[in-house]
Amino acid sequence: MAIKKIGSQTVKFANPPSIISSGTIVGPKEGQGPLKDYFDMILTDDTYGEKSWEKAECKMFQDSVNLALKKASLNISDIDYLIGGDLLNQIITSSFAARQFNVPTFGLYGACSTMAEGLSIASMLIDGGFADYIVVTTSSHFSTAERQYRFPLEQGVQRPFTSQWTVTGSGSSVLSSNGTGPYITHVTTGKVVDLGMKDANNMGAAMAPAAADTILTHFNDTGFTIDDYDLIITGDMARVGKSILMELLRKEYMNIEDKYKDCGIEIYDESQDVHSGGSGAGCSAVVLNGWLLQQIKSGIYNRVLFIATGALLSPTSTQQGESIPGIAHAVTISNYA
Amino acid sequence: MDYLRAFLVGGIICVIAQILMDKTKLTPARILVLYVTVGAILGGIGIYKKIIDFGGAGATVPLLGFGNSLAQGAIKAVKKDGITGAFTGGLTATAGGIAAAIFFGYLFSIIFNPRTKK
Amino acid sequence: MEKDIKKQQEYKDIAQKYEPKPTLLKNVLWAFVVGGLICDVGQFFLNLFVKRGMTPEQAGTPVAIIMVFLGSFLTGIGIYDDIGRFAGAGSVVPITGFANSIVSPAMEFKREGFVFGVASRMFNIAGPVIVYGVGTSIIVGLIYYFLKG
Repeated sequence: MAIKKIGSQTVKFANPPSIISSGTIVGPKEGQGPLKDYFDMILTDDTYGEKSWEKAECKMFQDSVNLALKKASLNISDIDYLIGGDLLNQIITSSFAARQFNVPTFGLYGACSTMAEGLSIASMLIDGGFADYIVVTTSSHFSTAERQYRFPLEQGVQRPFTSQWTVTGSGSSVLSSNGTGPYITHVTTGKVVDLGMKDANNMGAAMAPAAADTILTHFNDTGFTIDDYDLIITGDMARVGKSILMELLRKEYMNIEDKYKDCGIEIYDESQDVHSGGSGAGCSAVVLNGWLLQQIKSGIYNRVLFIATGALLSPTSTQQGESIPGIAHAVTISNYA
Repeated sequence: MDYLRAFLVGGIICVIAQILMDKTKLTPARILVLYVTVGAILGGIGIYKKIIDFGGAGATVPLLGFGNSLAQGAIKAVKKDGITGAFTGGLTATAGGIAAAIFFGYLFSIIFNPRTKK
Repeated sequence: MEKDIKKQQEYKDIAQKYEPKPTLLKNVLWAFVVGGLICDVGQFFLNLFVKRGMTPEQAGTPVAIIMVFLGSFLTGIGIYDDIGRFAGAGSVVPITGFANSIVSPAMEFKREGFVFGVASRMFNIAGPVIVYGVGTSIIVGLIYYFLKG
């Protein structure tokens, strides 16, 4: 019997797992942004000394895992599961990185929502009594994503104002059954929502309905009010998506504007010419594991709703004229169990 | 004077493409395909020659000019060789440009490597 | 189903409201200036060859070769994409942009090898251009043959 399920899409944990440690590594551009002081490692060269950007992303993935493990004084052999995901076809970054680790691995694809998806599944595994330590890692890289989804780097094209900049970075969280917080107390798993948006250069508009749906469902399922949260933060709605999301929620008589932030907006300064903002599986991962967890630990925010959003498109679906399905997963991170 | 005319004609051809790109979200690849096709049609019905007479390189350097050369080549070869010319003329007239694109394209992609955007 | 379509249309209206529009005037101005300048470079070489005794038609081919060279070279040294960011169509439509569309994918996919990487990716955009250009020219030739021949 699903005794831990509340409402239609939410799980409330009996013994909430703790995020005991985190690791982040970002590229040079992210290292010049407003959150630069919160990352563990900033690359000066986004090839990371490797022959291809795909190899560089893989190395970032591995190093963010290692950074997180080191901070928790754990070895990889202490880990029950590695849960990883990225944006590349067949999630090669995660799988190739996991070759080195020799640890049971789950590979996930949820586009830019993967960090929240991974935290959800890891928390369920731990609270279910299937694991004591789990590492959740996601990554993305501007130059690998760009060639897969858009144009070659040296092609002279104009990026529309609705477009987002894929974050070069990887973030890892170590979750444990035994810790002193911050705790993951609730997760709301999103549905795939598609309202017919087709513009691959406007992912904010494609993802906003999914984000609104998950946020509304979360409050319905848990009975929480906005006052129960100090911060509601989405993964990569960016500026265009944020405006749409706020309007969609206002239509449902919910105003979260005062408590709302978005990782894709926070990570870059407006002067960095990223148009709408950041995106990518690494975007929410590095903002969560870098900046946000430190804010929670220092008590600036005691309870946070973290919603990572994903645009589930592929180059094939775009070329075939399909609309873009969106998804959003919500995770409650709290100092109180 | 011919510089001014080339600037004007070339500029206007690019402006039309820019408006198409911004208003209809056509990608650069589709713009290039569209322009070469339109150029060949305009060349076939003889209009493009008048634009070249006025604009010089302003009309030949844009991809419309490439399309025009293809069509003009085909017509010229038909006059000379009959129906076979329809098949040989276009590529013959543009062989220099295409061969250069293949040769320099290959050469420079071997020599240089792409850099990430700032 | 009908409800879905209505919902999609409603959402499309909301999404459109928040879509920042391209700065058309600025883009058009840049496209005009850069496109015009690239054509003037072509005019410079055209005049050079005509001065040496070629007809403007004869000079077309060497001018095209030089422009393709310049476009490829500027792409290789990483400048053409910077121009394109401002110029938009101004650097796409000239034959230098055609060269850029050949070199940029070829360079990018070098890691996938010299056959399926460089050589096949070269024609990502150039391939369709040649297919439709040559295809149209054959039709033009055939029509000419049957009408005037």
